Amino acid sequence: MLEHYLSIFITTVFIENIALSVFLGMCTFIAISKKIDAAFGLGVAVIAVCLITVPLNNFIFNTILKDGALAWAGLPDVNLQFVGLISYIGVIAAAVQILEMFLDRFVPALYNALGVFLPLITVNCAILGATLFMVEKDLKFGESVVYGLGAGVGWAMAIVVLAGIREKLKYSDIPDGLQGLGVTFLIVGLMSFGFMSFGGISL
Amino acid sequence: MNDSILKTLTVSFTVCLFCSLVVSFAAVSLRDAQNLNKLNDQRIKILKTAAIYDPAESIESQFTRLTPKFVDFSNGLLLDEFEGLDLVTYDPVYFSKQAGFSSPIPPKLDIAVVKNKENIGKIYLLKDEESQLEKIILPIRGYGLWGTLYGYIAIDKDLNTIRGLEFYEHKETPGLGAEVDNPKWKALWDGKKIYKDGEIEIAVIKGKVDQTNKMADYQVDGLSGATLTSRGVTNMLAFWFSESGYRETLNKINYDS
Amino acid sequence: MTVKKYKEVLTKPLLEENPITLQILGICSALAVTSNLSVTLVMCVALTSVVSFSNLFISLIRNYIPSSVRIIVQMTIIASLVIVVDELLKAYDYETSKKLSVFVGLIITNCIVMGRAEAFAMKEKPFISFIDGLGNGLGYSVILIAVAIVRELFGSGTLMGYEILPLVSNGGWYPANNLLLLPPSSFILIGLMIWGIRSYKSDQVEVNEFKLSKHATAPDLTKSELNA
Repeated sequence: MLEHYLSIFITTVFIENIALSVFLGMCTFIAISKKIDAAFGLGVAVIAVCLITVPLNNFIFNTILKDGALAWAGLPDVNLQFVGLISYIGVIAAAVQILEMFLDRFVPALYNALGVFLPLITVNCAILGATLFMVEKDLKFGESVVYGLGAGVGWAMAIVVLAGIREKLKYSDIPDGLQGLGVTFLIVGLMSFGFMSFGGISL
Repeated sequence: MNDSILKTLTVSFTVCLFCSLVVSFAAVSLRDAQNLNKLNDQRIKILKTAAIYDPAESIESQFTRLTPKFVDFSNGLLLDEFEGLDLVTYDPVYFSKQAGFSSPIPPKLDIAVVKNKENIGKIYLLKDEESQLEKIILPIRGYGLWGTLYGYIAIDKDLNTIRGLEFYEHKETPGLGAEVDNPKWKALWDGKKIYKDGEIEIAVIKGKVDQTNKMADYQVDGLSGATLTSRGVTNMLAFWFSESGYRETLNKINYDS
Repeated sequence: MTVKKYKEVLTKPLLEENPITLQILGICSALAVTSNLSVTLVMCVALTSVVSFSNLFISLIRNYIPSSVRIIVQMTIIASLVIVVDELLKAYDYETSKKLSVFVGLIITNCIVMGRAEAFAMKEKPFISFIDGLGNGLGYSVILIAVAIVRELFGSGTLMGYEILPLVSNGGWYPANNLLLLPPSSFILIGLMIWGIRSYKSDQVEVNEFKLSKHATAPDLTKSELNA
């Protein structure tokens, strides 16, 4: 049992890394990876939001939206899957808002540290993407918790690594046209080629 | 002015109402077309494996030549009915993930990393105009490099010669493992044999098959640069043609069923 | 609104203010789907229609949206449009919708759509907002199509499925550049494109925070002399 969850976690963090294998959350990934502290802060926020929203959306999918899910309410023929997109993004927006308020009230230090990142996360495709992949894989609730954690950790790890590389690059002599955005794209491309080496590992 | 509670609620409600109407209308009116697409998608794959697919004809009419049957893996019997399951729409892969309809495969026997096997499978019998059996199409699946490959294999009525192999879903590397979709490689499978003296000998080897070798009929050229995918295909066939798969079913097939 | 202004709004996002290469928006979907030109075209049409119509509708009601629910109202409209596009694809082009899988849904969080809604549609009139959406959608499409053409042509030797360079594996002469079929190659291609665009339009070049200065104890040589 534990093996199964561990296998999902490892697969999601390395083999199907949500930033470097499926390229989700790229806008903020590239924009915020200039400094390691900023990247780390955003990474932690992403882990928290993924961990909350993926299982929550899994619950909603299985109890309300799936084909035949509404059998408990006496409506076994109803298939509301098409409303999925709106409901997931609604849940994500609400979860982020509530997390923000919670942090502001109970953990102000963390709230100040994360600052502007929290609202930014609502439109981070990685969060919605994690939910959509979870739906596609049709995971059970326990699996979705591990999947959410893995997706967040994978993304956070990738952005911190990129920030580390970019900080080192500050002192390099890069051609003018490639400065900043251009060389970042090249680095991310190479990083994701690197991550492809994890393929073939089956646990 | 815009921020009063009443205004907020009214605007939110109106937007939600309007959007839900538009979305629901789209979903409901397009639903039939979508379901037909899904069904035909599977059917086209099976027709291609059976080598009878004609894009000009209607899928519906071509598919009448294929008779689906339930396979009870516990005893190898072919059935037309099973406990309320609908033969036409039954999807063995879906049910292999549902508790109560599937059982986990013991790790020692799970050479293709299939993990869970459905209790009831589904195969297709291709019959000719006189209702004589021509080919049997069997669903198979197994792990390659990046994920599970899902496909169908067609075997001749002698129950030992392969006539076609098609994978309809996989995540293999384009240009390498994904060459399982290359028509030239797929054509190599026609005429290859599975069992020799009761043992499963069919395999994808490394490199090109030596035609003078006496085992050449049981070997298929390897996919260059795709060792794990090739191994996955070999293991998949070894699994599904063993006792864990369709072996008992094939043994029990007689020409009247 | 003069015709000139419309033209400007339509063409600026193509090169000068390209959403992908300058504004860093909408990259996610640019990468995974571009190994195949026909799939890419469908994606471009989907995104362009969503961003133009969402701009149009949001602009129509821009004066009535209370600021407290602004973001969520925009999201609802965008999400509904995306669902409609997704359903249409599943009904009329099933093959492509399977290849695009979750990426159509991800148009909702595609920063271009939200970005233009906030930056333009909330302030401008409906018709010009529609044109702005169209322009940004086209700017995005230009980059995606360029990447897709390179990847499909040099990766599989085909364009839109038609064979152009016969592959060695099919009995031809062109040894396919398989690296281009792998998703990370789109990053490299876009990086090179940015280099090209910024060499041409040097006002887009980012200035480095740190200026390289000569080593404290180095002899008094110029850079070219140092490298000789």
